[in-house]
Amino acid sequence: MRALGNTSLSRRGFLAASAATGLGAAALSACGSSDSGNTSGKTEIEWWNITTTQPAKKLWAQRAKEFEAAHPDVKIKIVTLENEAYKSKMTAQTASGKLPDIYHTWGGGVLKQQVDAGLVEDLTDKVSSWTKDFMPAALEAYRFEDRAYAVPFDIGMVGFWYNKALFKKAGIDTPPTTWSGYLDAVQALKDEGITPIALAGKEKWPGMYYWAYLSMRVAGLEAMQKASDDADFTGEDFVKAGEHLKELVALKPFQKGFLGAAYSTPTGEAATMANGKAAMELMGQWAPVVQADAGKGLGEDLGFFSFPAVEGGKGALTEVFGGGGGHAVRKGAPEAAVEFLKFFAEKEFAEKLVKETGLVPVSKAAQGALTDPNLTAVSDALNKSTGFQLYLDQAYAPAVGQEINDSVAALIAGSKSPEQVTRSVTQVAKSEG
Amino acid sequence: MTHPTSTPASITSSSTYAPDAGKSPRPAPDSPGPAARRPAPRRVRDWLSAFVFTVPALVLFGLLVLVPMGYAFYISFFNWGGFGTPSDSVGFDNYTRLFDDPVFLGDLWRGFLLIVFSIVLQLPFALAMAVLLNQRLRGRAVYRMLFFAPYILSEVITGVLFSMIFAPGEGLADKSLDAIGFGALGGDWFAGQDTVLPTLFLVMTWKYFGFHMMLYLAGLQGIPAELHEAARIDGAGAWQRFRHITLPLLAPTLRISVFLSVIGAIQLFDLVWVITSGGPDHASETMVISLFQYGFKRYQMGYASAISVAMFLISLVFALAYQRFVLRRDTEGAITTMRANR
Repeated sequence: MRALGNTSLSRRGFLAASAATGLGAAALSACGSSDSGNTSGKTEIEWWNITTTQPAKKLWAQRAKEFEAAHPDVKIKIVTLENEAYKSKMTAQTASGKLPDIYHTWGGGVLKQQVDAGLVEDLTDKVSSWTKDFMPAALEAYRFEDRAYAVPFDIGMVGFWYNKALFKKAGIDTPPTTWSGYLDAVQALKDEGITPIALAGKEKWPGMYYWAYLSMRVAGLEAMQKASDDADFTGEDFVKAGEHLKELVALKPFQKGFLGAAYSTPTGEAATMANGKAAMELMGQWAPVVQADAGKGLGEDLGFFSFPAVEGGKGALTEVFGGGGGHAVRKGAPEAAVEFLKFFAEKEFAEKLVKETGLVPVSKAAQGALTDPNLTAVSDALNKSTGFQLYLDQAYAPAVGQEINDSVAALIAGSKSPEQVTRSVTQVAKSEG
Repeated sequence: MTHPTSTPASITSSSTYAPDAGKSPRPAPDSPGPAARRPAPRRVRDWLSAFVFTVPALVLFGLLVLVPMGYAFYISFFNWGGFGTPSDSVGFDNYTRLFDDPVFLGDLWRGFLLIVFSIVLQLPFALAMAVLLNQRLRGRAVYRMLFFAPYILSEVITGVLFSMIFAPGEGLADKSLDAIGFGALGGDWFAGQDTVLPTLFLVMTWKYFGFHMMLYLAGLQGIPAELHEAARIDGAGAWQRFRHITLPLLAPTLRISVFLSVIGAIQLFDLVWVITSGGPDHASETMVISLFQYGFKRYQMGYASAISVAMFLISLVFALAYQRFVLRRDTEGAITTMRANR
């Protein structure tokens, strides 16, 4: 009997233990939910961004405070995450179907996935009245089937940043506008004993820019869109783009050890460029900021030119490759979230951001605030642009974007041929479709 | 248990009497009488208290280890991007893909190379240092500490440190080689497809040999000085003493150290991720890096899960085989003792 008594006692103990486990689980899940933050009768808006650098971080927080002052019933909770951490966290959030009220987005494939999952608010009718004077190129990345799903605050493009002094030394007076002229310039720099190009081979995406631009110039924007839609990159124009890249690689234009170089570290691409050890880099509008941060910076000697046109290609010199940042709103978020985006986009604040944080303005109204000659050059190129291609790793499904990065890195390292690149990319694109 | 006579008496002096000690107090299961009834409830009670005490640990282990493992196994049969619930079932496609994937096959080859390097170079080096520092030596505590220090350093710090040291042309390594006239020996280091793995192994050795050295030192302390003394009197030289006394008595430590080294090589990630991210062109990619690339860069959770299952199976098979064939002599004594006490 004693044994029996013991059994029932422990069974009760077990029940209690399992009940406690259940409570614990409930408590844990309670920690996770945060969408109904009306503890004090206020509407709480959660705003996730990746603005970790000053002074932008401070200015953004100030803007949120100003909004709260104007709307006493709204509280804005800012969550700032580092770029890569943000991406992984958003993957988890998206999988669980719980997105923040306002969140950072680069548009393209990732935003499209979220839209297809029914998680994103359609903003077309709510924002069209005050985004009319935005650069068309800036709005492009967030539009699917003519509906707008995010409001941009930043726009930029990739182009060649070059060291004017080194170009002069090699006898190059004007930046090249054609691919053959560009190859000649690279050779001229090499002959002068100057490393023509800095490249972060370890990170893969900077190498992808070359292939992407060459594909745009050779095959044209329509063909790029079609290739993505049909999941077929095997067209001969894409092979030709790879062959042009091979011509460049054959000249051995990159710095010593470029395959292991990172982008923003003290021995990386930006530092190599900033310390005058290479004549140019193909990089986005953020390049001057990162250069000054990673090395000495070139100051007056830094110049910008667009990616040259390829002779006989279908693309034009004025078609740009780039992207920016925007804010998307979760489906079912409080009305105040859209109100805040409007407040955030007001002219005075946009001008302040341009002046203090070196942003290229998305609205034409704020363009007067641009003073930096390099950013003005970027802004001009964007304004004059006749076509826009979003960064491939954002425009396409993540796996396709990564495969392009990987395959192009292999092409640059000499282990894949241009045909193999197009075949690998096509294979992944087909399996994703 | 079935063949106690086959085990060498010198090692398992306890196990030779274990079967008898176990048998005599324990009544045969079918023997009748009051003697048989008393131990039975006691056994039930033992099991119950064991159960109650292990439940919290089992629940945590189940929720945090078994369930995710089972889920990964489940996902590996789907083509799933990580959004919503997996629905596109592909059967064994993810597994057949593993054998066609040059990157994954390369991972296996590179893992194998690293294991061979570790066993042939790193562990003997650690052993040599341990034997050296086990002698009376001025300042040996300082040396021990210095050699162990890299192990305490975080992998990320180590990675950042060495990517600067081995920066081609500008790093400490190349500059130092230049200064002493061996500039030609410098080169691409992490940036070359052929040089990346050896350079990485150099860093791994720097980082981990101190840990194995500490293990060996502890083992060496356990070897009675009398044995060496007796051997010396018998006229054995230093090499003979090392070969016939130190090595056999250190064998259990060596076996554990090889085990840890192999498992470490299979799971290698953070150091490589920080230094090369698997590049250039996959030349330093490990299984875990492929897993991360496919899972969190390409969002192919199904395939990434298949890699994780493959990794789990490789580790499991290795661990079981190693336990069964190599560690057997070390664990047998412990298990038989437990049986004897019951």
